[in-house]
Amino acid sequence: MMTKVFTIAKRELASYFGTPIAYVFLVVFVILSGVVTFHLGNFFDRGSANLSAFFNYLPWLLLVFIPAVSMRLWAEERKSGTVELLMTLPIAPWQAVTGKWLASVGFIAVALVATFPLWLTVNYLGEPDNGVIMTSYLGSLALAAVLLAMGSCVSAFTKNQVIAFVLAVALSFVIVTSGTPIVLDAVRVVFPQPIVDVVAAMSALTHFTGTGQGFVALSSVLYAVSMIVFWLFATVIVLSNTKAD
Amino acid sequence: MTAMLEIDGLYKAFGPVKAVNGISLSVPGGQVLGFLGPNGAGKSTTMKMVAGFLEPDRGSARICGDDILQAPLAAKQNLGYLPEGAPAYGEMTPRGFLKFCAGVRGLKGKAGQEAIDKAIERTALSLVAEQTIDTLSKGFKRRVGIAQAILHVPKVLVLDEPTDGLDPNQKQQVRNLITELSKDRAIVISTHILEEVDAVCNRAVIIDQGRVVADGTAADLRKLMPGKKNPSLDEVFRHITTGDAQTGRGDDD
Repeated sequence: MMTKVFTIAKRELASYFGTPIAYVFLVVFVILSGVVTFHLGNFFDRGSANLSAFFNYLPWLLLVFIPAVSMRLWAEERKSGTVELLMTLPIAPWQAVTGKWLASVGFIAVALVATFPLWLTVNYLGEPDNGVIMTSYLGSLALAAVLLAMGSCVSAFTKNQVIAFVLAVALSFVIVTSGTPIVLDAVRVVFPQPIVDVVAAMSALTHFTGTGQGFVALSSVLYAVSMIVFWLFATVIVLSNTKAD
Repeated sequence: MTAMLEIDGLYKAFGPVKAVNGISLSVPGGQVLGFLGPNGAGKSTTMKMVAGFLEPDRGSARICGDDILQAPLAAKQNLGYLPEGAPAYGEMTPRGFLKFCAGVRGLKGKAGQEAIDKAIERTALSLVAEQTIDTLSKGFKRRVGIAQAILHVPKVLVLDEPTDGLDPNQKQQVRNLITELSKDRAIVISTHILEEVDAVCNRAVIIDQGRVVADGTAADLRKLMPGKKNPSLDEVFRHITTGDAQTGRGDDD
């Protein structure tokens, strides 16, 4: 069962590196991570050896970079017709969906690992809590995995990668920011407190602040897993209706 | 002899257009069926449904007894399918692409390697096996698609325009390949080239507006045009598909 998922994932991941996309993405991502950490995050002025400057801005970077990865997941397969090939091989649709999503998560994992110079820098300058840095990375990867699952579903809706990108950015923005005071205050004006709580609970940001303090809450894990399962399941449904269009 | 491919009352409508309007066919082993029809007649739509890519509104298709909707994985194991336009992952090499297909089909290790080598040899791809597919000519791309379809030497082959874009020599190679494979296998090829029917098919089915309008050997089809001695299949085709007032227009998918 899972071997087919991994076969799909392996091919997909190799295809990222078979084109210049992967290298352009990685270089720009790493440069921008540095920019947000040192300029926007005032890394040096903070005078403390940690990477919170980086991790505070990372969700906003992911907001743009994740849809750039997820947009091609299905839109490209549908546009080029390879979806017909893939779906007539003896694999179940969920295996194809999971495999391709897994590859995109693997790719973002590579991108996150490529920011290791930041980690080296804080370790050179001081004695950071590397446990906190570790959980922060894991939290960021989990956030990325959720956004990629969402983007996968959006990508299955269209053959047009630009549309897939724009819609995924919009949807990611809603999911990421729904826990911020600005959004919650606005919701509170119109809706009662229980609704406000639900909106806050849906927020990715709310769930991943804990990892920035070094702990992984069970509720956050459940949140990530259920969001991923939901969106991948939705991808399978959408794809079964759109693949042959 | 039981049929390896059974198509039973397939029906598919896209909005008001009945793309496939009740097609039933039974193809036993050893038969090469030429699937003919004007553009938009429903050839590709039928093949997509047989391959399990498109869900029919009604009807079913069975491959070696396995229903493509009820037991899709078992059915697809015995099916080799070349989609219209021979899509393939352009950034891969033919060998890498075949390796992927072999992996998905559970052909690993030595068995997989042998299957890949054999498919490359049969489709004469060895010269370009390490080149990315995007850089290949149309004829090579088509053959990569065919290699993928015959990789696991399936019992049932469904090939949508396998010789499209090939030069005369390559066409002959593919026809020889089809003839070679046809022993104990059920093969369905769609084509616009009617000489293909004489060359490789022992049965021809003409469909128009989603329905079977003629079914038989090339000789049988020729008899459908009375008053002319030994007509060409082109003439028969035109006679049958434009015989009534309507023409079969519409989307091919």
